Amino acid sequence: MRNYLKPLFLMMLVLILAGCATTQKSYDYAAFKRSNPKSILVLPPLNNSPDVKASYTFLSVATYPLAESGYYVFPVALVDQSFKENGLMNPSEIHQVSLKKLDEIFGADAVLYIAVEKFGSSYNIISSESRVTASAKLLDVKTGDVLWEGNATASDAENESNSQGGLVGLLVKAIVKQIMSNFGTDPSLRVSSVTSARLLSANKNGILFGPRSPQYGKY
Amino acid sequence: MKKSYTLAVVLLPCLLIGCASAPPTLYQWGDYQEQIYNMYNDPGKSPPEEQIAKLEEDYQKVRSSNKQVPPGYHAHLSFLYFKTGKVDQALQELETEKAIFPESTVYMNRLIQQIKK
Repeated sequence: MRNYLKPLFLMMLVLILAGCATTQKSYDYAAFKRSNPKSILVLPPLNNSPDVKASYTFLSVATYPLAESGYYVFPVALVDQSFKENGLMNPSEIHQVSLKKLDEIFGADAVLYIAVEKFGSSYNIISSESRVTASAKLLDVKTGDVLWEGNATASDAENESNSQGGLVGLLVKAIVKQIMSNFGTDPSLRVSSVTSARLLSANKNGILFGPRSPQYGKY
Repeated sequence: MKKSYTLAVVLLPCLLIGCASAPPTLYQWGDYQEQIYNMYNDPGKSPPEEQIAKLEEDYQKVRSSNKQVPPGYHAHLSFLYFKTGKVDQALQELETEKAIFPESTVYMNRLIQQIKK
């Protein structure tokens, strides 16, 4: 009896350990480190939600986490104006502009393409929830390499303790705290800024810290 | 013994707060984000002159405390000055953005040329 159990036990132990190990899979930053961008051009986000306010609400809060993570971020409203003066009136047209052209006009190291997937309120009988979900992709402007991509979501109905841990998580916490005290009026703006902080701050599986951050090169 | 106990009681919350508090931000943001939000979602809320006044006021505060305004702040001010016909100030703000953030040089030079034309 005992002889039967021992190999079984060992096998299970191996399986359990292997199970733990696979969850530790981390993001491959080889292309990011090779590119080592100093500046990021944020294009007006694509809107895949039914709310017309989604793109520009998200754009207004996209700069903060990127700049606080150590990057130069191009002035988003002025950039949008430059596109409009050249006849590109909406985000889907702007996302079609070639990297070569963007490089020539802005001289950015990397370009960030954002898509807002979910935006705004849904109501049920006992409560209302505001939820914002977005995805993003960072491209090297010269090579077209994908440096990083990710997605994030936030909701004003979620539990506060559900936040990222560790030292790099502090930046996200700081941003969220600042946002919560600043944006009182529009729930979708407040939730957007939390989504933006989660999506675009240097963090586990997020972007790396940029050259203007004291944390640059440490993570 | 009692003294050290009191000390510990006083110090413990400090330590806990210390852990909870996040590192200082790199920049002081003032109204920058809110203004961009309003520009698109509530354009009638305040005229450009008022937005300029608020951004300039915040800038003076930030400067007097030896801190920095974020990337794009001066370029955004330039955008507002240009809207109100104040071309000299618009050019000045683009130069300031470029001086603080050389990463913006290509774009700032392009805008400067565009205005001067």
